[in-house]
Amino acid sequence: MEFAELIKTPRVDGVVLHRPFMPTVEGTLCLTGHHLILSSRQDNTEELWLLHANIDSIEKRFVGSLGTIIVKCKDLRVIQLDIPGMEECLNIASSIEALSTLDSVSLMYPFFYRPLFEVIEDGWQLFVPEEAFKDLESMTDEWRLSEVNKDFSVCPSYPSLLTVPKDIDDESLCKAASFRHGGRFPVLSYYHKKNGMVMMRAAQPLTGTNGRRCKEDEKLINATLCAGKRGYIIDTRTIAVAQQAKARGGGFEQEANYAQWRRIHKAIERSNVLQEGLIKLVEACNDQSHSMDRWLSKLEASNWQSNVKEILTTACLAAQCIDREGASVLVHGTEGTDSTLQVTSLAQIILDPACRTIRGFEALIEREWLQAGHPFQQRCAQSAYSNGKPRSEAPVFLLFLDCVWQILRQFPCSFQFNENFLIMLFEHAYASQFGTFLGNSVAERLKLLLSQKTVSLWSWVNRPQELERFLNPLYEPNNLVIWPSVAPQSLLLWEGVFLRWNRSTKCLDEAYQEMVHIIEYNKELQNKVNSLRRQLAQLETEDGPLQTP
Amino acid sequence: MEHIRMPKVENVWLVDRSSSRRTQVGTLYLTATHTIFVGKGSEDRNELWVLHSLVCNVVKHKASQSGYPLLIHCKNFQVIQFIFPQESDCHDVYISLSRLSRPEKYEELYCFSFNPNVGKAEREHSWDFLDLKAEYSRMGLPNKLWHVTPINREYRVCDTYPADLFVPKSVTLPVIVGSSKFRSRGRFPTLSYYCKENHATICRSSQPLSGFSARCLEDEQMLQAIMKSNPGSRFMYVVDTRPKLNAMANRAAGKGYENEDNYCNIKFQFIGIENIHVMRNSQQKLIEVSALRSPSMGEFLTGLENSDWLRHIKSIMEAGLFISKAVAEEGVSVLVHCSDGWDRTAQVCSVASVLLDPYYRTLKGLMVLFEKDWVSFGHRFSHRCGHLIGEAKEVSPVIDQFLECIWQLMEQFPCAFEYNEKFLISIHNHIYSCHYGNFICNSQKERKDLILCIIKEKTHSIWPHLWENKLDFMNPLFKPDQSQNQGLLRPSTAPYCFKYWRRLYNRFDRELHPRQSELDSLMTVKEETQQLEEELALYEQKMAVLDKEHAKTLYMQKGVLDSKQALWSLPLDTSLANTPQDYISGFIGGAPNVFTLQQGERESSGVADFSSHSSGEESLPSEESVKDPDSDETAM
Repeated sequence: MEFAELIKTPRVDGVVLHRPFMPTVEGTLCLTGHHLILSSRQDNTEELWLLHANIDSIEKRFVGSLGTIIVKCKDLRVIQLDIPGMEECLNIASSIEALSTLDSVSLMYPFFYRPLFEVIEDGWQLFVPEEAFKDLESMTDEWRLSEVNKDFSVCPSYPSLLTVPKDIDDESLCKAASFRHGGRFPVLSYYHKKNGMVMMRAAQPLTGTNGRRCKEDEKLINATLCAGKRGYIIDTRTIAVAQQAKARGGGFEQEANYAQWRRIHKAIERSNVLQEGLIKLVEACNDQSHSMDRWLSKLEASNWQSNVKEILTTACLAAQCIDREGASVLVHGTEGTDSTLQVTSLAQIILDPACRTIRGFEALIEREWLQAGHPFQQRCAQSAYSNGKPRSEAPVFLLFLDCVWQILRQFPCSFQFNENFLIMLFEHAYASQFGTFLGNSVAERLKLLLSQKTVSLWSWVNRPQELERFLNPLYEPNNLVIWPSVAPQSLLLWEGVFLRWNRSTKCLDEAYQEMVHIIEYNKELQNKVNSLRRQLAQLETEDGPLQTP
Repeated sequence: MEHIRMPKVENVWLVDRSSSRRTQVGTLYLTATHTIFVGKGSEDRNELWVLHSLVCNVVKHKASQSGYPLLIHCKNFQVIQFIFPQESDCHDVYISLSRLSRPEKYEELYCFSFNPNVGKAEREHSWDFLDLKAEYSRMGLPNKLWHVTPINREYRVCDTYPADLFVPKSVTLPVIVGSSKFRSRGRFPTLSYYCKENHATICRSSQPLSGFSARCLEDEQMLQAIMKSNPGSRFMYVVDTRPKLNAMANRAAGKGYENEDNYCNIKFQFIGIENIHVMRNSQQKLIEVSALRSPSMGEFLTGLENSDWLRHIKSIMEAGLFISKAVAEEGVSVLVHCSDGWDRTAQVCSVASVLLDPYYRTLKGLMVLFEKDWVSFGHRFSHRCGHLIGEAKEVSPVIDQFLECIWQLMEQFPCAFEYNEKFLISIHNHIYSCHYGNFICNSQKERKDLILCIIKEKTHSIWPHLWENKLDFMNPLFKPDQSQNQGLLRPSTAPYCFKYWRRLYNRFDRELHPRQSELDSLMTVKEETQQLEEELALYEQKMAVLDKEHAKTLYMQKGVLDSKQALWSLPLDTSLANTPQDYISGFIGGAPNVFTLQQGERESSGVADFSSHSSGEESLPSEESVKDPDSDETAM
């Protein structure tokens, strides 16, 4: 295997591992093609089993002949390895560096991972567009499934099947695609059953400086409006940013050409700014100076919470237009693969109770993120400890998860899943044994043959024994639209992710366990009482005839 | 009442600060004790009652198109805005309220007119609910080393201390008197907490009158005796909770701090907690931040930081932690003081006690702690809470900070406290409301002197009232048996562990709080579990001695059980505040071609939505916000 040449020293004894809030361990460090493993060889367990892909950056330090490697992970954990011998340490460090920055996707662990469980339900087949369309068909006949993109030539980042207005033919779609950034013409994102309003998403129109227009594009989105009704276009950029985009051939819908639509500009940051924010936030969380002032000003300077607020606010606005104004909505930013998806997916969580179940949330991620062409591989290539110049990394998906967590905190009984589920998704988006988050689009995933060569995350998550950890004990299905508060006082720092490795969670875990216990005990008692009641009722009916004479 | 210029004003607007949609018109009444607003033409519950004693200040704002606004800021952080059609009405209400909310005499306070339907015997009995003697004996006192000194029985040695004080048995009366003369306001070192397990104590006093060089043999003997009463230790800590600079400045005024050279075996330590004036300004800034209307995240976080509030909370917590560790881990006694020994000293001693002793993490225990460290030791409630018109500079949120420290601990140790956050907020409310007699006056002596002891004659005690409602105040996650909830709590004092207490500072802004409450859901489940346990016991019993008659009657009860099953699912659904906020404020006026969503449209769709789940109307926040359920006005 080609990994062997990258591994200069496969094994070192007497390595000491330091992890936050855990006792230090001395043991043998082993490097494999995909893992860094440390085992003290006591009771046959490995203390550390870390995917190279999870390593964001490393630092080396030397004191005499004792070397120290500080490993900073994409899940924000920081661990320290003390390695005796300078040469061994250097070898390990350079091997880790090489193995954690492999360029070729096909060398990634998911292609080598063989599950130790039997795949009962194949996650790759779980959320196909045809199924989602069947649901839509049962509610409305206004839409059709177009194959215009079946060879990904119209829009490389879209899936092969797209839901579009029934009356718009494929030819018009092609023309509209040529008028939208990256060919991302307006497609259906969500149908609001309650009032028949819809949410569509697209990329920016290519109006340019001379105000180009495209009749097919206008017709396409107008086809989604009822007679005499108006719709809203939510542009996730400020008006200034949208204006600037014109110079680069982009732009926004001119009111003259889209008379039935009203445009609202919001201010969701672009991805490189978000990445800087993540780096600053994690730096603030790891700051050991313990000064109150520094903490709050650093938190503020990271702008992370502001970003959460802005994204949530925009999603709420989209949901409000649909549910309260009874209007259809088109959402786009520049490329339509980042802030657009944050908004459309969060709006669905607010509007649609199905998205608050585990299956529904998985389907949402498939639909609005994976199939919609969020470039996971580019965005999640590096996390908060990357020290190189960021290319296209950005915590767009993490911000989405953070927003979901905020809603979950405000509606703790309305979600079938718990915080652990969201944290798990964060981890797997950045480094995983499963193939789900590899690639940047459906087209890329097909080319990589992911569904044949790798295991889907959903195949694993949906096994009952795994699912148990992710179930919210307080869940009570709630069919209402849930309107979160977006006031700064209501939005919290997501400690489960950002302070996860900085504090002991013993007391909080204990509280969670107690909550589970309280509810389980209640259910157990209910069952007991019910069964006793049945028994008594039975006795009563048996005895009944005897009693009457 | 002579202060009421205008007992009733019609057509007053009550502005809902979060949403203009919910603004309503009605009639305003001024009574001797309350401002009452009754909404027009709607259901009978549409009332707002505000106690005059809770009013912090009343401000007239500039006239607007809609009329003459009057803003009322309350001590429980409620902000109420009325708009009057007539300027003269607004002015009359302003003048009346300004006077009514600043009583000049204790007898004007609400607790002297509050008259629930209880008999004399019960009222008197309510004052015996807590017994400090029992508390000291719970700690293991008196014992062979500590006893009660009779020296302050008549409050002659120190008029701000309680009558009964614990001192080492070995100190003689002259030593106490000598020491008290060397301490500000005669507040000599005396016991606050005794640790049964290792005999270490927390003692408290005021600053010594040491100036630059003065010393006092008796005071030195006093400290030596305290140290010796802890047989296991060779030294004791003296903790001055003030910033060093402040303490040094006090030396110029003949006060100051202990010189380590003059006292045998003391380790002296400064812990920089700021004074009451700094704290008052800090909280003022915090309140301004909390009351910002739709602030940006940056404005909020910057405001929070600039208020310095959380930094002060952190310093109090750190002081408490230092002392509790000294006692529990080192087995060393600690003497705590600040300047007078009734503000920072009270905070730090009581925080340390909560950290040390699980008893203070129970409902009864916290009540006792209030009674002991705060009420009996002469925390100047009347001054600090501004019960009477007086020196504004004496007002300071010392007690708020103590309550907040407990709340911060509850966030870190969710299973360690028997009570929940509602208990803290309720206590906070009542400290300021003057609804009960407990927190009137500045010292035990003052309370006893007050016109022939009328406090106990005429007012009621808060504690039995809270105890009766304890079901509301229970923490469903409380696990007293868990090892980490026993003994010393070791909170993290990393800055990110100190959070903004939204439930207190935005208590009345319902739209800011989670729309479903984990706490309430769990409480309902627990309640139902208890009922199920009872049913189960009954069933099992009946099964055991089953005869035909029993089987029959039990079957009849089936209906009761069925209805109970729905019990805990109900509040989950109905506690939803199912209204969107103003998510669009950011864009109005921003872009050239944007337009405002139609007000009327939005409202009607909101109504339609509510009607679809009308079963939950009772707990809809829009109704609750009109009348706060725990503000006790309902008791009238």
